Parts: sequence; structure tokens; C-alpha cells
Amino acid sequence: MSLEPFETVVTRYGPMVLRVCRAVVGPDAADDAWSETFLSALQAYPRLRPDSDVQGWLVTIAHRKAIDQIRAAARRPRPTDTLPERVTEAPAALWESDVWPVLQHLPPKQRACVAYHHLVGLPYAEVAAIVGGTADAARRAAADGIKAMRTAVAAQEVRA
Amino acid sequence: MSTRTSDLFASLPERDDAVLARLHQRLAARAAADGVLDVAYRTVDSPVGPLLLAATERGLVKVSFEREGHAHVLEQLADDVSPRVLNAPSRLDPVARELDEYFAGRRTRFDLPLDLQLAHGFRRAVIEHLTDIGYGHTASYATVAAAVGNPRAVRAVGSACAKNPLPLVLPCHRVVRSDGSPGQYGGGEAAKLLLIALEAG
Repeated sequence: MSLEPFETVVTRYGPMVLRVCRAVVGPDAADDAWSETFLSALQAYPRLRPDSDVQGWLVTIAHRKAIDQIRAAARRPRPTDTLPERVTEAPAALWESDVWPVLQHLPPKQRACVAYHHLVGLPYAEVAAIVGGTADAARRAAADGIKAMRTAVAAQEVRA
Repeated sequence: MSTRTSDLFASLPERDDAVLARLHQRLAARAAADGVLDVAYRTVDSPVGPLLLAATERGLVKVSFEREGHAHVLEQLADDVSPRVLNAPSRLDPVARELDEYFAGRRTRFDLPLDLQLAHGFRRAVIEHLTDIGYGHTASYATVAAAVGNPRAVRAVGSACAKNPLPLVLPCHRVVRSDGSPGQYGGGEAAKLLLIALEAG
């Protein structure tokens, strides 16, 4: 039993970590969160026990990086003007106009619990180990988050 | 209120390959700058098939033929050198360029920093001697054994050549049997004959 080449880890978990970063910190900050996560993971990788749960380990690192970013963003003055329209034809464009406007109004802890349980598939006990608190609290936070998302989506459909 | 949970994320792409490719490139560059890219690798095409090239910060550490199984070789590197292994072509650019020149017949010796950490003891003495056999020449296993000071170690020379971590660059293809037949080669006999013919002009 030994560690796989780190390239294999990036190939296998890179897409999942990007989805999680996008859901937790949003489209603009996601690339930086992904980069910080994998750079930090690469540094620590030789010390990882070979039988570790690599997915859980990466989500834990991504969570720390996301929290750092959310805190840093809160310290920065917010732009009050409307941002220039971003010209992008990437597949991400659709979800930026669709999912993120709904997610961004949730408290960060709800966003994290929704992402780690519903996007990654981690059980609530593991989600709680990452975000802190009990498994029940993580379940409630995710349920509240999903409920708020449904309400927001329904409101969007009424407006549409 | 009938939206399924999975539908809430339907527009969040499962994979975004263009973005992931860019992020991978950025990761490799930052890892190198931070000194944590222990093993960089890339593959190149060549007349003897696809080659895997891998380098540490010290120099070229491994060249391997397709028949060795590139995935297996990367796992060995993770075990023997460091698991911090990334596909990061730029560190291997000078190696790829010199190999291209060699296969085009425009280069007779390699001028590259080498990391010989995968060869030890007698095996290392043998492969370090290989560059003394000039371009376009061959030497027998027995001659090489004598040159490294152990004339009876003919079989050990054979196995040192077979396990040479840097074929082509350390030219074990120039070591042949005393009867002139090519003998073993990590890239296969056809590759060995092709290289000998290439150097014969």
C-alpha cells in the first residue's frame, strides 16, 4: 500500500473540488480556492497515510481555503456599482446565472453543508467533522439550505 | 416545491475541462516555484515509440519505453523518489529538444543535468561508464565489465543495462553480445537495432 502519484489525485478529484469551490465561494473566487487547495494538498501529500480517505482530506482543505476567502472578502470594501458584464461562453456561464444567484444568499455554513453532502455525497457525520458541530446540526443546515434554494428557484420561475 | 435536489444543481457542470486544464497548468507552475514539484513528467513521441520523461529538481531521473507501462513507471517514481508527481512538461523541454535532435541525426551526445538516484553501487558504475562508448560505436558486455574493473561480472553488466533508468541518454543500446548480436534491451530488440542503425548513419 503506497501513495499514488499526485497527478492521479488531481485527475480523479479535480472536477469534484472545482464544483465544491464554485458552490461554496462562487464563480469568481472558485479558481483561486481550487489552486490554493491543490497546492496545499501537494505540499502535505508525502505525509498523508496511504490508506487515508483522500476525498474527505481534500474537501477538508478546500473548506479551510473557502473560509479564508470568505473572511478576506468580508474585509474588503464591496463594490457598490454594478459590475461590468463578463463575456464568457464557458459551460460555467449557465450556472453562474442560474445556481450561484440562489446559493450566494445562503449563510456560508449552509452552503458548505449543502455542497459537501449533496454535491460530494459525504455523510452528515463527515460533513460535521469538516464544518464543526454535530451531524444533526449539519443535516439541519443542509436541509435549511436546500429549502431556501427551492424557494428562490420557485420565485425565479414565477418571475420568468 | 417539486424541484428535486439534484435538479437544483443541474446547471453546475460535472466537469469543466477547459478550466481544469488551465488550473492544472497553474498548479504545476506554482508547485515548481514553491519547490514542491519533486517529479515533473511528460511524454514525447519518438521513432522508438512514446517515451515517458521524468525529472527532479536536480535533473533527468527516468526515461522509459511504452512497453514498461507508463502508469506503472509513475507509480514506481512515486514510491522510489516522491509522490509529488505532476504532469508538467516545461521542466522536460530541454530533454525533449535534445532527443528530437538526436533522432534527427543532428546530436551525438546529450548535454543535460542527470539525477542518478535510481541506480546504486555497481549498477551505477556501469551506467556512468556507458557514455565512454562513443556515438556510432558498440562494446561487448565483457568489455564493459573489464572497463568498470570487474571482468567476471558480465551478467551483472547485463542486468545493470537492463535496469538503466536513463536509456538513450546513457546509451546502453551500444552494449551488445560478444558475437555481435544485439542482446537484451528495455525498449525491445527492434528499438536497439534501430538506434544502432541510426548512429551508424
